[in-house]
Amino acid sequence: MARYYENSSTFNYSWDQVACGYWKRYPNPLSTHVLSEDTWSRQVKDGCLHTKRLLTKTNRVPKWGEKFFNAKSVKIIEESIVDPKNKILVTYTRNLGYTKVMSVVERVEYRSVGPAQTVARRSAWIDSQVFGFSRAIRAFGVDRFRKNCNQMVNGFNHVLNSMFPRQGAGAHSMSSAPVVHTFKEMREAAAAATDRAKANVLSSVNRT
Amino acid sequence: MNSIGEECTELKKKYDDCFNTWFSEKFLKGYNDDSVCSGIFRVYQECVKNAMKQQNIDFKEIDKDILGTDNENKAPPSDNNS
Repeated sequence: MARYYENSSTFNYSWDQVACGYWKRYPNPLSTHVLSEDTWSRQVKDGCLHTKRLLTKTNRVPKWGEKFFNAKSVKIIEESIVDPKNKILVTYTRNLGYTKVMSVVERVEYRSVGPAQTVARRSAWIDSQVFGFSRAIRAFGVDRFRKNCNQMVNGFNHVLNSMFPRQGAGAHSMSSAPVVHTFKEMREAAAAATDRAKANVLSSVNRT
Repeated sequence: MNSIGEECTELKKKYDDCFNTWFSEKFLKGYNDDSVCSGIFRVYQECVKNAMKQQNIDFKEIDKDILGTDNENKAPPSDNNS
């Protein structure tokens, strides 16, 4: 049985702004684990925009998990549908490969709740089929997912704030940790960390 | 953001710029014709597909559509969830 997790967060930006910002979410200072992002397919069907993208992210697992899951990076498929009339953006992501070890499926629905507010409702299903360890892996997966949610919201807010600076109000997210560094500092740190992570992946790929 | 193939990153940026402008200025305003970016998209796609082939990525698994189909995961009954 997959573990199910859900939460929601409010962005203090209009739905149009959130939809535009969605495509520019990476890189941001809190997304140093994202290595690459590519559009695989895209088309307009019945007035809705259907997109499929492929992302690669570094794979952070605890020591005990390396036995099952020692890949340095994971690939993620992200499907999305933008319905501009009803102002709904739905995204659905899943990992490609290693799904028996741990599969993480996430569905997020961004809906307009007023002229300057958008709510993201997030659902996640985390599963593992490793005999004897599936419970531990699922628990780890849920915990990691929960922590990543804060980062995701804060990172997205950072991008929205730099795209639409006049509002600057941030969001009622689950985390209230203030962002204290200047944006320039953080951007530089993010770029450096991404390069480092990429170099690690490349060297590990080359070694095998 | 980088492309999965280092050699495709420049093309990706060009395509993303085209797309982002189209998305905010056309699509969200009710204009559905996306042919303005289709030329650069084709070139970028070719680059990415070659890069993915070299990394042995399973194209079939990517092509599978799940969002909007019956294969989407469903939330369990909501009364006992937060």
